[in-house]
Amino acid sequence: MVSQTAAYLSQYFSIFLFIVLAIGFGVVTLLISNVVQPRLDTEEKLSPYECGSEPISDARNPFPVRYYIIAMLFVIFDVEMIFIYPWAIVFDKIGFWGLFEMIVFIGLFIFGYLYAWKKGALQWE
Amino acid sequence: MTLVLFFYFAAVIVATAILVVALHKPIYSALSLLVMFFHVAGLFVLLDAEFIAAVQIIVYAGAILVLYLFVLMLLNVRADEGYHQQFRIGLIVGLAVLVEAIFVLGQSGFADRDPAAVPPAAPVPGNTEGIGRALYTTYLFPFEVASLILLVAMIGAIILAKKGIFGKEERGR
Repeated sequence: MVSQTAAYLSQYFSIFLFIVLAIGFGVVTLLISNVVQPRLDTEEKLSPYECGSEPISDARNPFPVRYYIIAMLFVIFDVEMIFIYPWAIVFDKIGFWGLFEMIVFIGLFIFGYLYAWKKGALQWE
Repeated sequence: MTLVLFFYFAAVIVATAILVVALHKPIYSALSLLVMFFHVAGLFVLLDAEFIAAVQIIVYAGAILVLYLFVLMLLNVRADEGYHQQFRIGLIVGLAVLVEAIFVLGQSGFADRDPAAVPPAAPVPGNTEGIGRALYTTYLFPFEVASLILLVAMIGAIILAKKGIFGKEERGR
């Protein structure tokens, strides 16, 4: 049983390697640039700037509420995508009703999508 | 091996969950929440639930965290605005939850079902397929109800946020 678990977990070794490489790339890049960069810390250089000019206001401006709608719609369509994924794996085994169900499911979402569209939630004026 | 991994994931989950409420900058809280989501996905992998693990990363770490970050930027919370001053209420609620947890764990013989002691079910190829079969045959009705709930969430979000937009535009004029 232990060897079976180990075999199961060893399937995830490549994912583990991927995560380690992704983190390592960021850390190593920052470390190398920190080591090899020339340090000329003049007062001008250390002062805050944006696009080469003096900052004109606080950086922490509130975002427009439209970003919230877009993020919310993204979450909902993301969940829809999650539901389609197991369906796509078994759809040839669950017959016509599976197809019908998914048509109802996507139909409801298309209704919501049209609603969002008509209400101008996707518009960015 | 599984036990070591379990304790690693559990320890990181507890630590980052505490950081979420203890850190003073809301963005840092959101980022430690991201680390927590990833480690919860790791726990699901240990439980042979790889589909749920993928959902955990795609939906929680991907979509919901983006939503949280947008809300943080929307609300314009400053680091120095002490937003965790509900220590006393938190203490009371935390104690209540702790008592409940002890009660539940003591009652139902939960300790006998130590997840590390129970041999995990033989890893079947494709538990996504199992979920698909169960969801689209046995649990057909809950599935359609879920889609309705999502529709309600979509419409509700649009109506609530649209009110904010119109209100702002009227004030701007």
